This record gives sequence, C-alpha cells and structure tokens, in this order.
Amino acid sequence: MCGAKAGGPDLEGIDVAKETVIQGSVTRDGEPVNGYVRLLDESGEFTAEVPTSATGQFRFFARPGKWTLRALVPGATVDRQVVASQGGSPTEVAIAV
Amino acid sequence: MSRADVLVDADWVQAHLDDPKVVVVEVDEDTTAYEKNHIRNAVRIDWKQDLQDPVRRDFVDQAGFEALLSRKGIGNDDTVVLYGGNNNWFASYAYWYFKLYGHSNVRLLDGGRKKWELDSRELVAAVPERAATEYRAKAVDTSIRAYRDDVLAAIGKLNLIDVRSPDEFSGKLLAPAHLPQEQSQRPGHVPSARNIPWAKNANDDGTFKSDDELRELYQAEGVDLSKDTIAYCRIGERSALTWLVLHELLDQPNVKNYDGSWTEYGSLVGVPIELGN
Repeated sequence: MCGAKAGGPDLEGIDVAKETVIQGSVTRDGEPVNGYVRLLDESGEFTAEVPTSATGQFRFFARPGKWTLRALVPGATVDRQVVASQGGSPTEVAIAV
Repeated sequence: MSRADVLVDADWVQAHLDDPKVVVVEVDEDTTAYEKNHIRNAVRIDWKQDLQDPVRRDFVDQAGFEALLSRKGIGNDDTVVLYGGNNNWFASYAYWYFKLYGHSNVRLLDGGRKKWELDSRELVAAVPERAATEYRAKAVDTSIRAYRDDVLAAIGKLNLIDVRSPDEFSGKLLAPAHLPQEQSQRPGHVPSARNIPWAKNANDDGTFKSDDELRELYQAEGVDLSKDTIAYCRIGERSALTWLVLHELLDQPNVKNYDGSWTEYGSLVGVPIELGN
C-alpha cells in the first residue's frame, strides 16, 4: 500500500443528514496501519469496534456527544477524544500511532 | 465444562495448524474478511449464507447443518476451533450452533482474529482443500435457545441480560455504532433486563477475562445465577458470547440465548418496552 489516504472513507451512499458519522484513519509514519479502532462512550464503555481498512480508514455511526476513539495496533494503543455532531460534515479524526 | 474445554490460545492453534483432526474455522461478521487472508488451513463458514435459512428467519435445520459441515470437510470426531473478528462475536454465535446440533468437540480461539493479528501471526490467502465428509448432526438442543414468548414470560421473574452497549440499551442507538442507525424497530430494552454489555466479559485484545473476574462481574451486577437466564442483543451474536461465558466458562446450566433478540422484540406489536438507563 503506497501512502495513506487523508481522512475517513468515502461518504457516497451515506445519509450524512441523518447519521452522526465519526471517521478517520490510523497511520504510523504516514503509512496506513492495519489494526482496530474502538468507540467508547463518555463513561468509557465499549460501544463499537471496527478493523481499519487496507488504507487505514475507519467509520462509526454514533450519536452527538463526547466519545473516545481507541486505536489498537500491534505494539501500541492510542486514545483520542472527540465531540461528534449530527448532520452536515462527519467528524474526521487522524490517529497517528 | 471448564475453560480448558472451551477455549484454546493462539499458541495451541499455531501448534495444530497441520493436524488433520483439527479444523480451524473462521466466522466473521464481515464475510469477505476471509478472502483477504485467514489463519493457514482455516476454512470459512459464512454466517449469512451458511447458517441462516434462505427464506424465513431461522437458522439452518439439522439436514442443512449436516450438509454444511459435510461440504466443509468437518467430521463428527474432528476438533473444531472457531475464530473470527469483532472479538469473536460471530464465532461465538457459530459455537452456539455447533452446540445446538450436538458437536461436543468445539473450541473457540481466545481473542479471535484480533488477538492473532495484534500478535502479528501469519495470515495467508490460500484456501485449503478438505475432502467432503458425511457429517451427522444430533437433533437441535432447544434447552439453550430462547424464543420471544420465553422473554415475555421472564419479565420481572427471571434474569434478562441485555448485552448491547449502554446507548443501545437506553434507546439512544438502534444498532452497534459500526452500522448505520436507521432501523425499523423501536429503540429501548425489555423491562427488567439488566444491561451488562458483552464487552465487560473481554479484555481489549478480545481475550476473555478470568473465571474469577467474570464471576465477580455478574455477582457485582446482582445477577442471581440460580435463576434461569436469557441473554439477548440485536441479532443474537453478541449474546451468544455472553451465553458462552455463562453456560460454558462459568458452567451455568440454565442459560439461553435469544437469537431473535432486539430486531424481533423491538418489532413486536403491543409488548412492553423501557427506555433510558
């Protein structure tokens, strides 16, 4: 894979007006990383988890509010706090590990 | 049952990759994950195409299960080791199927595909060839399956465990947050159900917590395990994992999985629903 694509996956077919999308990519030294991203709610409780794509990207359909994203990759765990809102543009998160 | 009868670790699987009497089976929510790569010599079971009736909502019947396992080259005396993504949600669901149809020698790879990947262990694209067998399943064991009427009868009387995330339990979300949220059923949970998310059973790497930690979890949540228990989620796969914890790891005989789960219950006319925490 040659280089990570900036931002989360393509939004074609996603109803961004109705969904609260949190998405992004996980990279190491600018290259996509194969691993997992967990979505934790405000109390730290697990809500969902996805594997990253071949281009290091991930996407969640959440609800407005505060969330923690936790990237799990071989040898590293990295947390990012985000605030998501509904409608319009997705919350984009770039996670470097 | 005990942990050693239910789980194998990655080192055990690694040591048995070429053992002809051990069949490693990948079962993923993302049914295309296997095509990308998988544990060497693992075969795939597709939870949508292989395990569901093609027309009505139900799982495959006894003859269908026999045909499936025969086609996959799984014999009655083989040790089946299941693993998958999503912290073994769908592998646990398949484990429950194997038990429903009486395959006693079935194990789960602790941590599933995620642990294997985080350990940077080998994954390959080559699909193994296994000679077809003549598998014979037992009659379905309904003692581990709950139906909607069982759930309604259990309200306020027996243990109902909703294993979905807190936001799904309270009605803020209708599906796990990796899926689009637009759904036909009503949000909420079955009255008197306790919300003990499946994730509390597992570590971040997908392996199960220790038996002591698991026992403590259910005691701390006030679950009286001497009563019958029904676990449910959205479509019955996450609750299969909780069923596996209670029935198989903690050896509780009176636990059922409600595979109709919220997609059925939340669509029923006239049944009680609670919102909030």
